[in-house]
Amino acid sequence: MTSVRDDQTKMQGTLRTTNHDSYDIHEIQASNGVVVREYVSQSGKVFGVGWQGRSQPDLRQVLGSYFDLYVQAVQAQRAQRHGHGPLLIEQSGFVVQMGGHMGSLVGRAYIPQNFPAGVRLEEIR
Amino acid sequence: MKANPSRIILLHGLIVASALIFGCGSASNNSSQMNQGTPSPGSNVQAISVNGGPAHNFVDGAFTTVTVCVPGSATNCQTISGILVDTGSFGLRILSSALSISLPAQNNSGGNPIAECAAFADGVTWGAVEMADVKISGETASSIPIQVIGSPSLPNIPSSCTAQGVPMDDLSSLAANGLLGVGASIADQEIYYACPAGGCAETTESVAEQVQNPVASFAKDNNGVIVELPAVTSAQTSINGSLIFGIGTQSNNGLGGVKVFGTNQNGDFRTTYMTTQYVSFLDSGSNGIYFLDAATTGLPRCSGTASFLYCPTSTQTIMVTNNAEPGTNGASAPVSFMIGNGLTLIGSGGNAAINDLGGPAPMPGGIFDFGLPFFFGRNVYTAIVGRSTPAGTGPYLAY
Repeated sequence: MTSVRDDQTKMQGTLRTTNHDSYDIHEIQASNGVVVREYVSQSGKVFGVGWQGRSQPDLRQVLGSYFDLYVQAVQAQRAQRHGHGPLLIEQSGFVVQMGGHMGSLVGRAYIPQNFPAGVRLEEIR
Repeated sequence: MKANPSRIILLHGLIVASALIFGCGSASNNSSQMNQGTPSPGSNVQAISVNGGPAHNFVDGAFTTVTVCVPGSATNCQTISGILVDTGSFGLRILSSALSISLPAQNNSGGNPIAECAAFADGVTWGAVEMADVKISGETASSIPIQVIGSPSLPNIPSSCTAQGVPMDDLSSLAANGLLGVGASIADQEIYYACPAGGCAETTESVAEQVQNPVASFAKDNNGVIVELPAVTSAQTSINGSLIFGIGTQSNNGLGGVKVFGTNQNGDFRTTYMTTQYVSFLDSGSNGIYFLDAATTGLPRCSGTASFLYCPTSTQTIMVTNNAEPGTNGASAPVSFMIGNGLTLIGSGGNAAINDLGGPAPMPGGIFDFGLPFFFGRNVYTAIVGRSTPAGTGPYLAY
């Protein structure tokens, strides 16, 4: 969980951990009011992140090796969109959903194949 | 997707008890829907156009022109067109590639330049904070901080900024020469960096040092804006409207019969769909009406690379109720909008003003992002936080 502590330090936040059957939630309440929840399986993998507040979480850390694919998918969607709106990226390995507007952002990112058995998408929030 | 009350409390934990003294709000919803025609010209009226913008590919974006000057100079100025009018953000941002004059940097007490990473739903803007006199119609914001996106003086984007989103740093990615953020907030409260030669590190800026909503800095007509656009029944290649500064400060910006909805400090309110209430906002910078998900609405998503749009086989009318933010003025009124087939609407090409474009917003809890199509045929008011108007103190929205 080193990475979670890194996030906590970086965001100067308070960390609260809650234990569920097949995963832990690390909730970081950052000093600027952003709430980030990292969903960590018992094998130690972050399989989802949900957030709300003024800024976004560290997607490079959440998506790991998928991050470059995420950047490519965002650029491809921009070419299709003809403007600005919520970001909906669904690739075979990962999903990123980002919405809201400046000062009031909400979203989640997750890696479906890393979901522990029985975990539903609605739990990532 | 059900709204979880605990989430809403978290999201809106900064609600400030506001002294709203709403004098109106009794008007029926329908009475305010039709644009009353071209407003009388005046020093507070700025022309806007829904026309595809400088990249010639923007659907449902309203563009205008701003003039920036070196502070105090009447001659060292540049007028820049293709600036997106954005009620969902706060502050003026200009692409460095569109800026040909040199503006003074904002430096910290150590003499190092300040830069900013501003987070949007679909990306970030990185660049230097510079000082400018901002002139729009007959109004001037004197010596305010703006963001120069992609400024060559600070080319290296910190990894902490790119981790938050993919940069929008050129005409292709921003689809505009800049953003004119005229939402409810006075300053943007984004993430700032001090940038000595060795590299940029996060720093804090006072509210007054941050990038400012230019309207809040005008000498007059500084309590909000009205976006006025004509109704769009069939798709158009171009329509014209007005951005009017001030609310109830001139003969051309009164409240008339509009309905006022109190919002939180960021301009958010609530929308009820079926029996569930969701967080919502009016955002002229969003190019469609984005809401909920296919499972909740029954609207199918488009296939393939257009899956961010809804694609019903026939145009659907969506009925919702808009509600003031809890703890404000208690306003509530039904409203409807249309959603057509996104692939058909965009695929035909060439049209810049489309009234029934929309898609899903399946973020946790579900949201309603009322983009520019909602503004067609309406006069939409955004009142700035803490500024008094004839309908009470902002923030509120009205239409």
